[in-house]
Amino acid sequence: MATAARKAPAKSKSNGKSPNLTPPKPLDFTKEQDLAAYRQMLLMRRFEEKAGQLYGMGFIGGFCHLYIGQEAVVTGLKMSLIDGDQMITAYRDHAHMLAMDMSPRGVMAELTGRRGGYSKGKGGSMHMFSKEKNFYGGHGIVGAQVSLGTGLAFANRYRGNKNVSVTYFGDGAANQGQVYESFNMAALWKLPVIYVIENNRYAMGTSVTRSSAETDFSQRGLSFRIPGIQVDGMDVRAVKAAGDLATEWCRSGNGPIILEMQTYRYRGHSMSDPAKYRTKEEVQKMRSEHDPIEQVKARLAAKKWASEDDLKAIDKEVRDIVADAADFAQTDPEPDVSELWTDILV
Amino acid sequence: MPIEILMPALSPTMEEGNLSKWLKNEGDKVAPGDVIAEIETDKATMEVEAVDEGTLGKILIAAGSEGVKVNTPIAVLLQEGESAGDIGKAAAPAKTEAPAAAEPAPAEKPAAAAPVAAAPKSEVAADPDVPAGTEMVSTTVREALRDAMAEEMRRDADVFVMGEEVAEYQGAYKITQGLLQEFGPQRVVDTPITEHGFAGVGVGAAMTGLKPIVEFMTFNFAMQAIDQIVNSAAKTLYMSGGQMGAPIVFRGPNGAAARVAAQHSQDYGAWYSHIPGLKVVQPYSAADAKGLLKAAIRDPNPVIFLENEILYGHSFDVPKLDDFVLPIGKARIHKAGKDVTIVSWGIGMTYAVKAEAELAKLGIDAEIIDLRTIRPMDLDTIIASVKKTNRLVTVEEGFPQSSVGDFIANQVSRQAFDYLDAPVITIAGKDVPMPYAANLEKLALPNVAEVIEAVKAVTYR
Repeated sequence: MATAARKAPAKSKSNGKSPNLTPPKPLDFTKEQDLAAYRQMLLMRRFEEKAGQLYGMGFIGGFCHLYIGQEAVVTGLKMSLIDGDQMITAYRDHAHMLAMDMSPRGVMAELTGRRGGYSKGKGGSMHMFSKEKNFYGGHGIVGAQVSLGTGLAFANRYRGNKNVSVTYFGDGAANQGQVYESFNMAALWKLPVIYVIENNRYAMGTSVTRSSAETDFSQRGLSFRIPGIQVDGMDVRAVKAAGDLATEWCRSGNGPIILEMQTYRYRGHSMSDPAKYRTKEEVQKMRSEHDPIEQVKARLAAKKWASEDDLKAIDKEVRDIVADAADFAQTDPEPDVSELWTDILV
Repeated sequence: MPIEILMPALSPTMEEGNLSKWLKNEGDKVAPGDVIAEIETDKATMEVEAVDEGTLGKILIAAGSEGVKVNTPIAVLLQEGESAGDIGKAAAPAKTEAPAAAEPAPAEKPAAAAPVAAAPKSEVAADPDVPAGTEMVSTTVREALRDAMAEEMRRDADVFVMGEEVAEYQGAYKITQGLLQEFGPQRVVDTPITEHGFAGVGVGAAMTGLKPIVEFMTFNFAMQAIDQIVNSAAKTLYMSGGQMGAPIVFRGPNGAAARVAAQHSQDYGAWYSHIPGLKVVQPYSAADAKGLLKAAIRDPNPVIFLENEILYGHSFDVPKLDDFVLPIGKARIHKAGKDVTIVSWGIGMTYAVKAEAELAKLGIDAEIIDLRTIRPMDLDTIIASVKKTNRLVTVEEGFPQSSVGDFIANQVSRQAFDYLDAPVITIAGKDVPMPYAANLEKLALPNVAEVIEAVKAVTYR
């Protein structure tokens, strides 16, 4: 064997430096922004409370996953989007659809499996789409939407437009393999995708500390050089600030970015989950100290941007929309039996 | 009017439950979100939260009651300005007209008595006429597939190809040779070894209207991606009520090659043919490979295009036409005959074709049908042939249980039982993982002698 000095193994070539982003400060909202956020989040809250009620009455079947508590995440992010930006998520999707301006009637009627639902009653709570509103579902398989959302970004790059794919998944899905396959391709090809990890601390009943070796989800893209920041997902202003940063990052051709939204769901994983894996005190603390809607409400009052009567008027408007959606969803007929055989192939 | 609080359904399967505990007493004020009671469902003990604001006027079902049907009124909630005297007025829940207690929830009766619509029958066009005098060019399956992709990529800028080694390496099996040079890296995309991920990326891009061709280096690796193929590509059109689907082609070599053993030798025809929402094409000849791949790329549905490594190098005549497109879902009568019908597809055809030559020497005139498409299946052509020959043998390389041949045999026995003069014989690979040893591998696959024996059996020779 030759004794010549062995060369040290060449260091693998780096693709560049991992970008380091500073989390932005929460934005100062204008009166109009605060009022809009308040109304939007209240609509989501009341809509889902009604959905829970209809589930209890048997009008909604199967699985029904409520978003209550997490409203600031989709509301704030939507405020940073432009026409043509796409949104895709998993099965906790009702608020995402309302954020994308889909009709409450169409969403609620899909929940009750009626013909006026967005999928003609054939998709249900977990599988809903709107091509018109750029909402790409509504997916029942944990993590599958991450590759699909990366594909939406691929299409944006392919077409050379400036649009961004906002791809949501939870702390649970963050442990799926295809998430990292997607991260790799998105970073490699500089795809305009915002990976929004909605960390509500529990993957069904398993807390992040019991399921995740790295619980700082903003750092999950580190080995792909995808920058990430942690965001107070209960504060709609903080979410909007992060959304502005992320959309700008993607539109400027920098590739993907991760936003870890630290949030909390008040209800169980689904309607049939008693949520015995956490304490009542924990839930109560989040509700009383961090509620996204109460935060805006307090701000509106403190700044005298809305009187008690103004807020009551918004509340009534929202309740009327929800009541109308619920009435429609209960009275609209079930799909015609001929629908069994439609939409299988184009 | 006072509001009735109903026994809630709190799981997809709950019909009744036990009212374990009341957490509020009559006369207590309640706000939305307050826990008022605990009920035991078939799955767990759940808390019942108040939806409306008011005062708990009367408890109708006592704590400890068992077997309380869903939607039974369990309490009455008084609204502002109401008193216990108003309770009788709450005959029905104020707003949401819930069905009576024992009835299932949907507002209408399920349409059990209504006639269930039958599956619609799709009409498939016949093959286009090849004009007399058209030049036939001897072409390998490999070249035919490449030509099909190149022609479609020239025709439509939304078509692109992605997969492992498809660009700079020129294709692991050289099917994409030259495409990078002609179309550039934007449309011929080398992926990392990431089947699950890039299948999902392809489907996502397709949902926006692009037309990806996703190449799997072999379909064995597509098992990593089968969730995206089945759950995302095949079902989205249905789940979205027809709003969006996935115009995508998944293609690559399928089935056994030579001496690559168990994990690299599997025929997925039967697997994918199980799934509504997919089309499944498995061509044999170069002309079919070309015409059907062009059709698959244009098809607005997800198409599984199953090729075969051994066939890549086989040459066949391909008509020299500007735009040779064949219909998906139409079988081709490879050779007409009157004594027995042999149905096969893909590489199975090689056994059928060789057997036919031997059978002719024995005086048996076999009709060979090349199915070409597994789903939607052209049963009409098969059944018309069986009505003529009264005998049927199918040939495929896949595993025997729940094989494509089994499905054909079942359909023929249902639709043409009276025409059969012998039981249908389905020839498949053996019910074993593919062995590596050359002698065992040969035994695991179908062979020409088996086809001849089967034909002799059904013709009672």
